[in-house]
Amino acid sequence: MSRQLARRSIDHVLLERGEVANSWRTERWDSLTLLTPNWLSRLPDYSYEGDNPDGYMDMPEVLRFLDTYAERFSAPVETNTTVTAVTPNGSGYLISTDQGDWHGKSVVIASGHCNIPAVPKIAQDFPDDIEMTSPMYYRNPGQLAEGGVLVVGASATGVQLASEIQASGRQVILAVGEHVRVPRIYRGRDIKWWMDVAGILGMPYDEVDDIRRARRVPSLQLAGFPDKSMLDLNALTDKGVEIAGRVAGVNGNKLMFSGSLVNVCALADLKMKRLLNTIDEWATENGMDGEVEASHRFEDTRVSEHRRLELNLADGQIKTVIWATGYHADLSWLKAPAFDARGRLVHDGGIMEPSGLYVLGMPYLRTRKSTLMDGADLDSGIVADHLQNYLAKKLSVN
Amino acid sequence: MSDTQVNNGVNVEHLLGAREALESAPEAAQFKWRSSCEWVNGTHSKSTITSFYGLGDEQDRGKSFSIEADHPEAFAAEDNAPTPAEIALTGLASCLMGGVASVAQHRGIQLNSVKATVEGDMDLAGILGIDDEVRNGFGTIRVSFDVDADASEDDIKALVAQSQKRSAVFDCITNPTNVEVSVKKA
Ligand SMILES: Cc1cc2nc3c(=O)[nH]c(=O)nc-3n(C[C@H](O)[C@H](O)[C@H](O)COP(=O)(O)OP(=O)(O)OC[C@H]3O[C@@H](n4cnc5c(N)ncnc54)[C@H](O)[C@@H]3O)c2cc1C
Repeated sequence: MSRQLARRSIDHVLLERGEVANSWRTERWDSLTLLTPNWLSRLPDYSYEGDNPDGYMDMPEVLRFLDTYAERFSAPVETNTTVTAVTPNGSGYLISTDQGDWHGKSVVIASGHCNIPAVPKIAQDFPDDIEMTSPMYYRNPGQLAEGGVLVVGASATGVQLASEIQASGRQVILAVGEHVRVPRIYRGRDIKWWMDVAGILGMPYDEVDDIRRARRVPSLQLAGFPDKSMLDLNALTDKGVEIAGRVAGVNGNKLMFSGSLVNVCALADLKMKRLLNTIDEWATENGMDGEVEASHRFEDTRVSEHRRLELNLADGQIKTVIWATGYHADLSWLKAPAFDARGRLVHDGGIMEPSGLYVLGMPYLRTRKSTLMDGADLDSGIVADHLQNYLAKKLSVN
Repeated sequence: MSDTQVNNGVNVEHLLGAREALESAPEAAQFKWRSSCEWVNGTHSKSTITSFYGLGDEQDRGKSFSIEADHPEAFAAEDNAPTPAEIALTGLASCLMGGVASVAQHRGIQLNSVKATVEGDMDLAGILGIDDEVRNGFGTIRVSFDVDADASEDDIKALVAQSQKRSAVFDCITNPTNVEVSVKKA
């Protein structure tokens, strides 16, 4: 966004509570690599410059990537400045921070959509002697007590943690609700490449069937392993992880899993086939069939006949629970009438009421990739255009 | 996408309108379903279903339905009606069936015939108190759908999967529910 504003000669400041790339620096686990290939982080006037475009950056690489970007364009960042309130006042906004107040004609919210772990209420019903954590605080298996681990949630984070914790010698039970299964590599190309070229990542928000649903879809079951292997439930089963249904209830020491596991797996298998059909159709229409490997399908998700419905939480089988159940944005500092009755931020592709307020980086803000680094270019460009017009109109009125 | 050529007898526009309306008025989405059951004799009972609460008000449908239940002769009963367990399975099948029709309509899939058969395994060692390790309820419930529709096999599978995802009774049976029973001396 800063780059877009600079291109338009719009005076601005970036307020950051930590350092540049704070969330990548402080809120991620040690082994994390991006699940997007290196080339797929195309920012305004900047993209991956290394010699492994198809690889996946680890955290030190992500930090270098973003630090270099900030330095190259001398982004006007005020670090260690936490915004405590944004309040409409007359001609603009009062921005209160722990380092003093600012006034802005316009505010762009780019504080991220993953600020607070979204832990379901049921977590409160677990016995006290079971340790609980979330991916925001988890760093590596060495932190966990010896013994079994229940990982709740089978999207990108859950499958990655289940895999590395199982490999550390701790038996993992993975509680699986609705998830999005995709292969890492399809017909010899990265799935993200297909999704990009076939227009799936860039599908505009106003062309989607049901945008409210699209905004709630969990992350893809993907990992950026150097060997580009697929990390679906079948791979986890092969690694020894036990697959169970979603966590449905706790009654004293008895944890109950949903009996819907077969169906959520069927839904994910069918949905993956539809994605691959779309890709195949695109490949044929665009004359790619000769250039890539042949079309094929993957084995359906194997669900054990002996899948469990219960777990005794008192017998020591499970020592730790990791809630890989997603994140919420923390916008508690936004003191403007910008939320609906359910407390969700209201915006139209990033443009908000009251005027002069904008938001970026939210799920399916303008396209499917709005929460990916690669989505920032398009979204920030449109928001910056609107903001520029808004400032121009304001000037002509005043 | 709804297709005007397709008619499964489901008014999808109405349902989508209701979803839209209920999303903006969450109180109206709060429903209470009821049934009242009266003992007849032995294990024979008769339930009556009339009003429900929803859309912010009592809804009197102006008629009532009744469902009887009993047990077969093998249980030394008179077999006047199906067992409650069979009625529960029926509830599951008919809930999924309604869902299949609605989803098919929404997706523009014409249904020609749909049949669902449901079977639940039950070990009586549970209800008879022979073995505490055995639960009273069903072990596994299997539902098999036979669908004749103008769609591919995967699209038909997706209909049935989506119906499970949105089914109230499927959810009741696959997930725990708090049940509170109160008693009053008449
Ligand atoms: C586990 C995980 C893995 C991911 N993997 C990928 C991936 O592989 N590829 C990809 O493209 N994307 C990935 N993402 C998505 C990632 O969040 C986005 O790509 C990108 O980081 C979003 O950038 P952002 O600037 O919108 O938000 P963030 O990176 O979250 O940045 C928001 C910034 O705002 C600051 N901030 C928040 N509140 C305040 C406040 N009140 N005052 C001052 N500063 C504040 C934060 O400190 C932070 O630095 C992943 C996300 C997670 C959680």
